[in-house]
Amino acid sequence: MIDLLKTYGLYFLVGQFPQGPLGGLALTILLGLAALLLALPLGILLALARLSRRRLLRWPVTAVIYVVRGTPLLMVIFWAYFFLPVLTGQKTGQVTTMLAALVLFNGAYLAEVVRAGIQGIPRGQTEAARSLGLGYALTLRRIVLPQALRNMLPSLVNQFVTTLKETSLGYIIGLQEVAFIASQVNSQVLVHPVAVYGTLALTFFALCFGLSRVAYALEKRLARRPLELPVLLS
Amino acid sequence: MIEFHDVNKFYGKYHALVGITETIERGEVVVICGPSGSGKSTLIRTINRLEEIDSGRILVEGRDIHAPEIDLDRFRSGIGFVFQQFNLFPHLTVLDNCTLAPIHLRGLSPAEARERALAVLDRVGVADKASVFPATLSGGQQQRVAIARALVMEPPLMLFDEPTSSLDPEMVGEVLLVIRNLAHQGMTLVCVTHEMGFAREVADRVLFMDRGAILERGSPQEFFDHPQQARTRKFLADIRSPFGRE
Repeated sequence: MIDLLKTYGLYFLVGQFPQGPLGGLALTILLGLAALLLALPLGILLALARLSRRRLLRWPVTAVIYVVRGTPLLMVIFWAYFFLPVLTGQKTGQVTTMLAALVLFNGAYLAEVVRAGIQGIPRGQTEAARSLGLGYALTLRRIVLPQALRNMLPSLVNQFVTTLKETSLGYIIGLQEVAFIASQVNSQVLVHPVAVYGTLALTFFALCFGLSRVAYALEKRLARRPLELPVLLS
Repeated sequence: MIEFHDVNKFYGKYHALVGITETIERGEVVVICGPSGSGKSTLIRTINRLEEIDSGRILVEGRDIHAPEIDLDRFRSGIGFVFQQFNLFPHLTVLDNCTLAPIHLRGLSPAEARERALAVLDRVGVADKASVFPATLSGGQQQRVAIARALVMEPPLMLFDEPTSSLDPEMVGEVLLVIRNLAHQGMTLVCVTHEMGFAREVADRVLFMDRGAILERGSPQEFFDHPQQARTRKFLADIRSPFGRE
């Protein structure tokens, strides 16, 4: 086990880097993070379109969200893998392909999270902002989104956990992420599959469990200090 | 200042505002009262277009507020609106609640806006709370901050939609006093309220609404002492305490 880690530990963590492209656990984390950071603005835009009064905007976007959410991520990866080169006219790298798939997929999921977050803000907040004369964009940017995003923070961390695990599907297109590396190591060592895949499982577990705890702590903090809703006398 | 011309509004089949025609003069203090569901809140919310209407016209300072060329945000920034539920922004401090609109809409520098906001907060008696978040304030303080937030924009017209209805009884007075001071300074003021003592003392005119229509209008003396309609007399009798003391 120690020998295994000594020989393949670095390979497991960063892939062929610095001789080759970055891979391994580092790629998994970076890809997950990049996917979430890019998917969030997309999710916000999709959510706004979905809440729009204009049907021409609302209907197609709603359809896209439902289609993507009703599709396995693996299919989205295949689409990205085969369609991106056709669309752009040039060969797309594995990292870009995977990132595009993850951003689209997570964007659709986050759209629903953001929509719920926005709808959870009392109507009086928008009414108060609008009657001061603040426009739609300003009301959204200064009043609605800051409150909605704050409430959504635990969901966002959970979504990050999911995204981290999803990067392992990049295996299918030869992405050098941590699961792919583990299978490479296994086929070289041959005799220690339990140790190799056990290490992989433990790594994922440690990462995701840690983040879940973060989400839980955030949730508790938000619950302890809830945003003051106007006192309703009913 | 405000003219309603045969204004009608429907919620589905329900006729929420029925042929409202009324004029409110500059500097006038008008109290709107009536049983719940009578359309008072709907009416006051049509003035800054929080509620749209289905027919008729509303003019504010001679301009049709539904004209296509009107800049709605600019128009609204000239009308202060105070809600029953305060609707302060919980993620902003009291001061930031008050400076947001002047900075973005009046182009004030943060320092100018701060100075102006502090002066207004002082006028409503909560200047010492400028740096705290709304959640730490009492209901009465929150409503006074909400009034300050509207006043910072220096609107010639203020609308109050049941400003004291969500307050604990001991806090009603402090808010009504702030509103009375505004009235005495000559501001045009429309207030939906059940506070009949306030109406009697502060209002120039009282409008009584029932089932979406204005049933009776007059000075507080006429309204309280010589109501014309049977419905008004019943309302005035019903809101009186059954235990004798007013």
